[in-house]
Amino acid sequence: MSKKITSLLSILTLLLFSSLTFASASEGEQASNGGAVDTQEEITAYIKHHLQDSHDFTLFTLGESGKHIGFPLPVILWDDGLHVFMSSKFHHGTTVAESNGNYYTVYHGKIYKTNAEGELNFDEEHHPTNARPLDLSITKNVVGMLFAGFLLIYLFGSLAKSYNKKSIPTGVGRVLEPLVIYVRDEMARPNIGEKYYERYMPFLLTAFFYIWILNLMGLTPLGFNVTGNIAVTVCLALFTFIIVQFSGKKDYWKHIFWMPGVPVPMKIILMPIEVLGMLTKPFALLIRLFANITAGHFVVMSLIALTITMKASFGPVAATGMSLVLALFITVIEVLVAFLQAYIFTMLSALFIGMAVEEHDHH
Amino acid sequence: MDQLLNDFSPGLFFMQAFIFLILLFLLAKFAWKPIIQSLKIREESIQDALDSAERAKEEMAQLKADNEKLLDEARQQRDTILQDAREVANGIREEAKADATKQTDKMIADARAAIEVEKQAAMAEVRTLVAELSLQVAEKLLKRKLDDEGAQKELISDFIKDVKLN
Repeated sequence: MSKKITSLLSILTLLLFSSLTFASASEGEQASNGGAVDTQEEITAYIKHHLQDSHDFTLFTLGESGKHIGFPLPVILWDDGLHVFMSSKFHHGTTVAESNGNYYTVYHGKIYKTNAEGELNFDEEHHPTNARPLDLSITKNVVGMLFAGFLLIYLFGSLAKSYNKKSIPTGVGRVLEPLVIYVRDEMARPNIGEKYYERYMPFLLTAFFYIWILNLMGLTPLGFNVTGNIAVTVCLALFTFIIVQFSGKKDYWKHIFWMPGVPVPMKIILMPIEVLGMLTKPFALLIRLFANITAGHFVVMSLIALTITMKASFGPVAATGMSLVLALFITVIEVLVAFLQAYIFTMLSALFIGMAVEEHDHH
Repeated sequence: MDQLLNDFSPGLFFMQAFIFLILLFLLAKFAWKPIIQSLKIREESIQDALDSAERAKEEMAQLKADNEKLLDEARQQRDTILQDAREVANGIREEAKADATKQTDKMIADARAAIEVEKQAAMAEVRTLVAELSLQVAEKLLKRKLDDEGAQKELISDFIKDVKLN
């Protein structure tokens, strides 16, 4: 059995990408930790590895030989000058890449500057202490973002163009148009108000569809985990934060720094609380999205892994059946969560913007 | 938290910000603005169409009401005309009746007058006749020189008999 299932996603990916992958099979390299993933520790490590960003686009790994099937991605580093090379130079973390006299190695998905031997120094918590150059590589997540971006531009660009010919869209536009109207009428309008909502529509629409598409891409066997990456959610929440602060009207700032309608001592006490509230709102946004998507991936992968972990106690057929049923169930829920998280992020962004632009007429 | 901070990749953050900004710009320019605009235009045109339909409906109702009013007026006019005609006819009938009555009365009166005249004439004739008879009786009485009272009485009754016969 262990020969049969090597990667947790290999069956699905094999079915979907069998024609594509063998063309690039020559790119696959012998991994240091090659071999089947079949113990609890290995599964946990595998899942953790998947949740992280990667410099290679690995579709699956052949267990017997430990060959990674996929293609390398360009590595772009800023380290006193630009360093550009393909990630195949790392040989999946087994070798040191040399670029313009500097040596780099990859450790747990992060690139560290090393000496020619690729030595890494670790602190007590087993974190490498080596310098980390600014990594602007086209990583797997960046590929996902670009893909989502092009998809959005293609879909909505063609929807926009379709209005030139007919006032009612055809084809996929029929599905997209109600969603655009949904974002406008259910999120922007009621939360921001008729007066200002229109100027925030581009951000809300972009955020909603971008997050939604990336969430859905995360459910494909390609294994993107873009919206489950803390850097991505921090960035998205930061956009909301900046937009909220820049659209804050007089009333908004007054409510933060000098709360009207309460005695002066209370005003002073409320000030730091309100300032903290300013920051907790986007923080909640970024943690919510990150945690939901990461947890979703973790659960789905753990359930798929049941086929291996439960094999000893239930036998291969029962374990696989149980794993399939549970994974299917959770995946269906994840499809809902993908939409829900995009909705919540956009909805709350609209709500925060609405609170900032709100004008009180009672004082 | 420590793990989270360790996982945070500034490079990815930068790439995400860069890609998102470009995406925001491109989509805003080439997708969202035209889409929102088209939706707005379409919604306005739908609203206009609905409004004009509402207006047309109102106009129809107005027209219908007008027609109803016209019809009502026409009906009323017809009723008045009929009423008038009936009145005129009645008048004529009444007049005719009155005329007839008057004529009858006149005829009756005429007849009465004629009768009166005839009666007067007859009375006059009777009077004349009585006078003549009286004269004749007197003449005969005088002529016969009647001695006795019996003979006078006989004679008078004879004459009276004659008068009766007449």
